[in-house]
Amino acid sequence: MNLVLDALAWLLDSANWDGRGGIGARILEHLGFSAAVVAAACAIGIPAGVAIGHSGRGRSLVIVLTSGARALPTLGLLTILGLALGIGLDAPFLALLVLALPPVLAGAYAGVESVARETVGASRAIGMTEWQLVRGVELPLAAPVLLGGVRSAALQVISTATLAAYVADTGLGRPLFEGLKTQRYDMMLGASLLVALLALVVELGFQLVQSAAARRAEPHRAPSGARERISA
Amino acid sequence: MIEFDAVRKEYPGGTVAVAGFSLRVPSHSVVALVGSSGSGKTTLLRMVNRMVEPTSGAVRIDDVDVRSLDPVGLRRSIGYVLQAGGLLPHRTVADNVATVPVLAGRSRREARADALGLLERVGLDPALADRYPAQLSGGQQQRVGVARALAADPDILLMDEPFGAVDPIVREQLQAELRALQAELGKTILFVTHDVDEAFALADEVVVLRAGAEIAQRGTPTEILAAPADDFVAAFVGAGTARRTLRIRELDGRRVVVDGDDRPTGVLEADAREGAP
Repeated sequence: MNLVLDALAWLLDSANWDGRGGIGARILEHLGFSAAVVAAACAIGIPAGVAIGHSGRGRSLVIVLTSGARALPTLGLLTILGLALGIGLDAPFLALLVLALPPVLAGAYAGVESVARETVGASRAIGMTEWQLVRGVELPLAAPVLLGGVRSAALQVISTATLAAYVADTGLGRPLFEGLKTQRYDMMLGASLLVALLALVVELGFQLVQSAAARRAEPHRAPSGARERISA
Repeated sequence: MIEFDAVRKEYPGGTVAVAGFSLRVPSHSVVALVGSSGSGKTTLLRMVNRMVEPTSGAVRIDDVDVRSLDPVGLRRSIGYVLQAGGLLPHRTVADNVATVPVLAGRSRREARADALGLLERVGLDPALADRYPAQLSGGQQQRVGVARALAADPDILLMDEPFGAVDPIVREQLQAELRALQAELGKTILFVTHDVDEAFALADEVVVLRAGAEIAQRGTPTEILAAPADDFVAAFVGAGTARRTLRIRELDGRRVVVDGDDRPTGVLEADAREGAP
């Protein structure tokens, strides 16, 4: 119990918040780095997943990637990449990208795949181009599942991004590793609590975005009042 | 005019959906392709707007081979109605009806305004325009499907089991309305159904198909019912069943038509050709 109190004391000490290595800066680094990784995962995973879901080609790739890549230990991967790429953000960026890509890819693929074939077929039959079909039908209807994949990736990246501090001076992993080395367990636990809190806040944010997407995809299920807001 | 010229469709693996089919659908007429599932009727329909490409043979619209036309432009120029409407669940009724005109570059505002008129035309309250498809009954969705098909004012309508997903009472109502609409619009309509009564109710000409889209018989509903070409057609249209064999019974000087089970189906009115009784 004392340890928890110590951790809270560390968190609440304003002296720990300021400056380049302060908690505030660490949170921003952590979020910025995580966002960059998730954005990269989206830039690769969403187009690839949508293309696979739309065309039905390359399904086995999704299965291999999602089951295979999930079995990779991120710390081990980071060690190998770190040895190859040296100190800096490159190695953790790549290691986390490998972590984030499968859920994003799977979400985009599963979302598009789940759109009713009759709806897609009818849209094509009335004269939509493939691109109009993707943009106007498949993406909006796939959005809730697709965002679920991004959400799961974001959560994993935020909680695992502490590992970046293993080879770089960045993020909330910094106080965590420092506390571990110097036996400052208040700092270590405080940093861990912050990471958990950050993950929760981001989770909440995604929940809001995801339910907004669900209302767009299935407007008739929206509670009264929501429909007017969508059509506005 | 739609013309099928010896079309054949064979899928990889050797399944033959259409073995060799020729037919002319004259302009402004309604032709029904009737057959059980696996007869290739939907495949034939989908050849017209290039959703399916024939392995050999050609489909021509007004003497133009559809293969020489851009598929997207072709599909936009043909109205397509399918079972349960095939509507976009995330768009309102008005936006669904406006889909094709908007794709073709019309402003959303104008297209929506037109959509309201079309909704009225197919017997829907324009107040439904801002609802979503799932908030409508099956019959209403089907009407929206028809309105959407008419939105670009196409010469040709293709209908794939258009009223298959609604209950019999609503189906009859929709059929009657389609007949009225057709009397006014005079489109060239090719439709597919497994329901021979629907074919008889709507079509000027009925084409009964066997497996592989082989034509078992074609003719007006009256011709087919009067003289089924063979046992297959007879069984398919139900010739000889109690429902189709009607007799006249006299009752207090009125002539009542009864079916094979002696169930009354209607009263025989004096016919002009017979002269008054």
